[in-house]
Amino acid sequence: MGFERRFPLIGGPLTDNVLIIHPRDNVAVALRDLTPGEEAKGTGLSGLPVLHAIPAGHKIALRDLASGEEIVKYGEVVAVAARAIHKGEWVHTHNLESKRWRK
Amino acid sequence: MTEITGYLRPDGKVGVRNHVLVLATVSCVNGVIQRISREVPEAVCVPHAFGCGRGGPRDLQILFRILSGMVRHPNVGAAVLIGLGCEVSNTRNLAPLIRDCGKSVEILNVQEWGSLQTSRKGAETARRFLAETQAQPRVPISWDRLMVAMECGGSDAMSGVTANTALGAVSDWLVEKGGTVIFGENTEMIGTDHILARRAKNAQVAGSIVQMVRRADQLAHDVMGNLAGLVISPGNMDGGMSTIAEKSMGCIFKGGSTTINQVVDYGEPPTEKGLVLQDGPGYDGDSMAGLAVSGAQVMFFSTGRGTPAGFPALPVIKVASNSRIYRAMADDMDLNAGTLVEGKSREVLRDEMIALLARVVNGEKTKAEANGMEVFTFMTVHPPF
Repeated sequence: MGFERRFPLIGGPLTDNVLIIHPRDNVAVALRDLTPGEEAKGTGLSGLPVLHAIPAGHKIALRDLASGEEIVKYGEVVAVAARAIHKGEWVHTHNLESKRWRK
Repeated sequence: MTEITGYLRPDGKVGVRNHVLVLATVSCVNGVIQRISREVPEAVCVPHAFGCGRGGPRDLQILFRILSGMVRHPNVGAAVLIGLGCEVSNTRNLAPLIRDCGKSVEILNVQEWGSLQTSRKGAETARRFLAETQAQPRVPISWDRLMVAMECGGSDAMSGVTANTALGAVSDWLVEKGGTVIFGENTEMIGTDHILARRAKNAQVAGSIVQMVRRADQLAHDVMGNLAGLVISPGNMDGGMSTIAEKSMGCIFKGGSTTINQVVDYGEPPTEKGLVLQDGPGYDGDSMAGLAVSGAQVMFFSTGRGTPAGFPALPVIKVASNSRIYRAMADDMDLNAGTLVEGKSREVLRDEMIALLARVVNGEKTKAEANGMEVFTFMTVHPPF
């Protein structure tokens, strides 16, 4: 049996499927692959509809973000929205840009 | 809170172990160190690849700082230095740097005795020092005497989510108790210099932070060219990291959220308490050496892909970022921060980590210590001649 089968990444019952790292954050981290239509659940968050397929470890928007709005994770600005992003949307390189190397 | 104990050193420092160190001054005598190690397995025997063949001022500064710093380390109660004689970091040059530490130190040179006699004399001395150190008592110490290093290596997409947030919670707790937290890995601060600088205690510390991170960024570009972009790699992006700032936040979060009081050079002991940054590299072995020689008595080390590496004389507590590696490497992992996504609260995990820290300070062996997984290497800047 393969390594990944013998040792599942998540070892216990998973009630939450996202994690909000810092109270100031406007994105949460997916703890497993999320599928459109299901609900994102985590401490301080109940019933946020997931709009896209979001891979584990990736970000989901916790509220609507305007184009140019700062994306906050770890309580700090890690990027800015390159276009309007809806609550429940996957947040990644396709819809944000780095403040550091802003085009 | 649990009472903690340690060993008072003549120079005023506090150790949490009372090791006898047997240290090579140069790679040429590694065989002698290995012979002593077989005869006296209780001693911390440290062979290495350095000691000669490099002449630049920065390499010499680091060489002498690390070798003398190992002898001066608070977890070392006594030391046997095994030299060759004609090396750059010979015992005559090292002696003045360790003389005032007040510990029992014996110096033996292979060019005076030959390898077999040096091995025999070294083993005899190590045994005598072990008897001496074992007779020394532990005394109660306060948390503000502790310096804890925070390190991450073999990271995965969960390292910055689970393990490093857990390390950050412990960092904030220890700083609140009056202790010191130190972390380095300057390449993993790239993109967050403005965030770190904002947390600096004054403009001078803020300036040092910006300078350190810019230099690390520049060096990566000078040495790696276009590949410097790999500090945020396609693999990082597949894992969910969108920007270098996001990736670096996951790294620096292990130091918690308190004011940054000082930036120290690689292996330099801080003069401030609270949170301190070290201008050192990201490579695990090199980073561990710098943090240890700066005076950290214990290290937390988060890992997601899994590494067994410990460091001589330094208890290294391994924190797994996910349940998979915690179980696959059960013999090497001390804690599972993967439980954070399986219903355990951050407060409960933090309190378990503090409880383990107290037990480790009081003498409980970490997995890396029990398994003898020590790695000893340190940073160099130029190739050997």
